[in-house]
Amino acid sequence: MKVKEENLKLTRNQWIRIIVALAVVLAVGACGKKKVASAPPPPPPPAPAPTASLTANPNTIQAGQASTLTWRTDYATDVTIDQLGKVDPSGSRAVTPAESTTYHLVAKNDSGTQEATARITVVSSPPPPPPQTSSGTDEQLFSENMKDVFYDYDSYDISAQYQQVLQADARFLQQHPNMKFTIEGHCDERGSTEYNLALGDNRANAAKQILAQLGISSDRMRTISYGKEKPFCTESNESCWQQNRRAHFVYQK
Amino acid sequence: MGFSPGISRCPALKRVIKAELSPRINAGASTKEAHAKQGRNFGELGSMKRYRAILLVLFVLFAIAAMSAQDWIRTGTGLGVEKVRLAVPDFKLVTTDTGTQNLSAIFNVTLWNDLQTAGIFDMVSKSFYPLAVPGAPQEVHLNDWSSPPPNASMLAFGNLGIQGGSLNVQGWLYDTKNPQSPQVLGKQYREPATDANARLIAHRFADEIILRLGGGIAGVAETKLYFVSNRSGSKEIWQMDYDGAGQKQLTHQGSIALSPHVSPDGTRVAYSGVTKEGWQILMYSLELGRPVSFQHFGGDNYSPAWSSDGQTIAFSSSRTGNTEIYSVSSTGGSARRLTESKGPDVSPTWNPKTNAQIAWVAGRTGLPQIYTMASDGTNVVRVTDQGYAVSPSWSPNGQFLAFAWIRHYGPGAPGASDIYVMDVASKQWAQLTHEEGRNDFPSWSPDGRHIVFQSSRTGRVQIYSMLADGSEVRQLTTAGENTQPNWSFK
Repeated sequence: MKVKEENLKLTRNQWIRIIVALAVVLAVGACGKKKVASAPPPPPPPAPAPTASLTANPNTIQAGQASTLTWRTDYATDVTIDQLGKVDPSGSRAVTPAESTTYHLVAKNDSGTQEATARITVVSSPPPPPPQTSSGTDEQLFSENMKDVFYDYDSYDISAQYQQVLQADARFLQQHPNMKFTIEGHCDERGSTEYNLALGDNRANAAKQILAQLGISSDRMRTISYGKEKPFCTESNESCWQQNRRAHFVYQK
Repeated sequence: MGFSPGISRCPALKRVIKAELSPRINAGASTKEAHAKQGRNFGELGSMKRYRAILLVLFVLFAIAAMSAQDWIRTGTGLGVEKVRLAVPDFKLVTTDTGTQNLSAIFNVTLWNDLQTAGIFDMVSKSFYPLAVPGAPQEVHLNDWSSPPPNASMLAFGNLGIQGGSLNVQGWLYDTKNPQSPQVLGKQYREPATDANARLIAHRFADEIILRLGGGIAGVAETKLYFVSNRSGSKEIWQMDYDGAGQKQLTHQGSIALSPHVSPDGTRVAYSGVTKEGWQILMYSLELGRPVSFQHFGGDNYSPAWSSDGQTIAFSSSRTGNTEIYSVSSTGGSARRLTESKGPDVSPTWNPKTNAQIAWVAGRTGLPQIYTMASDGTNVVRVTDQGYAVSPSWSPNGQFLAFAWIRHYGPGAPGASDIYVMDVASKQWAQLTHEEGRNDFPSWSPDGRHIVFQSSRTGRVQIYSMLADGSEVRQLTTAGENTQPNWSFK
């Protein structure tokens, strides 16, 4: 408990520091403007043309993540960034674009104009966190993307072909870190009820193990065996049996 | 008289056993030897065929000569010894209303079936009986029964009537060869006059007779069977009498319930069911008539098995990501892992004689095989040497394992899943069912004379009972699909 409280205090202190720091930055900025505004007019030496640079770090983000724009200008009297409006001659700001965006900076003074651009690439389209997306959509997305694993007779080994399937599944799961799911182990109708339950468990767990190795947290995965109790296909032939020897992924609401 | 354990007295039958079993018996052979044998066999297919044809002819000849049930294995329970010739005339009616007639019909059929099913009697056909059927001791003329045509050595008779809503039954068992003091048994029963009680009284009287004439081994007419049926729409646990009467649904899980196993004292049924936490071992109280709580574990948990002292339950669990056999106190507590190997481990069964051993099914070498181990997990011994072997059930005397076996397994290989019995010490085995559908989940009766099992021989899976030598097969269920029968301990 004590430790937790200290942690909380620390965070509060850190917040205070951040706020103070921001206030100082703003104040300095304001002063700067005033200085620019009240710069003595008398001898108007021809000012050099402005220089400008604009960078984004990182320049590739996932939707919902932030990137920091940093810009620097010299001699400019008027600095604007298209998406942000009028800004200080030099500064930085965190931005969270919903889609890939090219930021465009224009620095002006009486002698001329200088432009600079920086592009932030957003890699996946769905906007920030899940709340506004209904679970139905997630479920659909899950079942469209998560491919099942199929097994040989009386085996829970995962062949090279289905190792690749699991790698694709893992990539999808990494892009959707909030999705939880169940891995169902299934068997064909041949063989005995109880042995098939155990075999189904070994199948589900073999798939789970590989996903875990690919970086998917075990907390997101549950396993259950249905043995031969819930077949996908009920005919007594090999093509149907093959359909039933599988690890099936089910979205967990 | 009657009971002499472990010895078949019929010489013709012995030859049948020899002729039929010798190519199949794999007497105590190690796995290596068996493989070597098999290798040789593959090279000798042609001569094997001829050999088999000769055997078949011999077998048919002997079978005709023997004209008797196949006694393929000495079960040590009086099966296969010379059977007692028993006459059981219908019980005499004391009252004659239709109610009495209905109950007496139920009583007589039940008593006859119980005695015939017992496997230790040669039931004398009713067509040989004297016309005057006795209802009480003073009406018995022993000579009429002891001499041909009935030639019975034992006579069970009695009377039956309804008085004041009660069914009264008096029954006697007489030794026809002992005119000086013929009475072996005299019993009187009184219960409310219902169909169920007519059956119950018949079961009780039958069990008394079986106890006296069957070498002191109690009969099973009052025992129960627990099984899985889907007739309600989902797989639930059901109960019935040992002869298929009185089928009754116990659980209402609404998901999937499997693998019922009744406790030795007959008060609880352990089974596996799908819950929100996956498969769990669940308990149904037969005393309270409802599910009661039992400890939940991580992973999937199924195939519970009671030790015969009721103290411990062995089961399979996938909590580590790999299915293994565990044991836990029947009152709950922490589970102890008994196996540790790759591959499925499932379907434990205790040696009920000692509770010091467990047989189970493991897939550590590929297709499932049956193994035994000490109940602490040490001393692992592989029991079956080939094919697909599952669903072991240990006989009450500790001597035999019954199990389901697809002995020749593989693409194009013939053979269905059949019920086999194996002598655990010698590893000699005998086949009890013969390629009629898929047969699975054998379970021993408490007297060791019967085995109940599931079979798809008529299309849908149903439950059948048979004597432990494979004879006297009787279908017990017809509605829906019925699987995984478990015979009560008493």
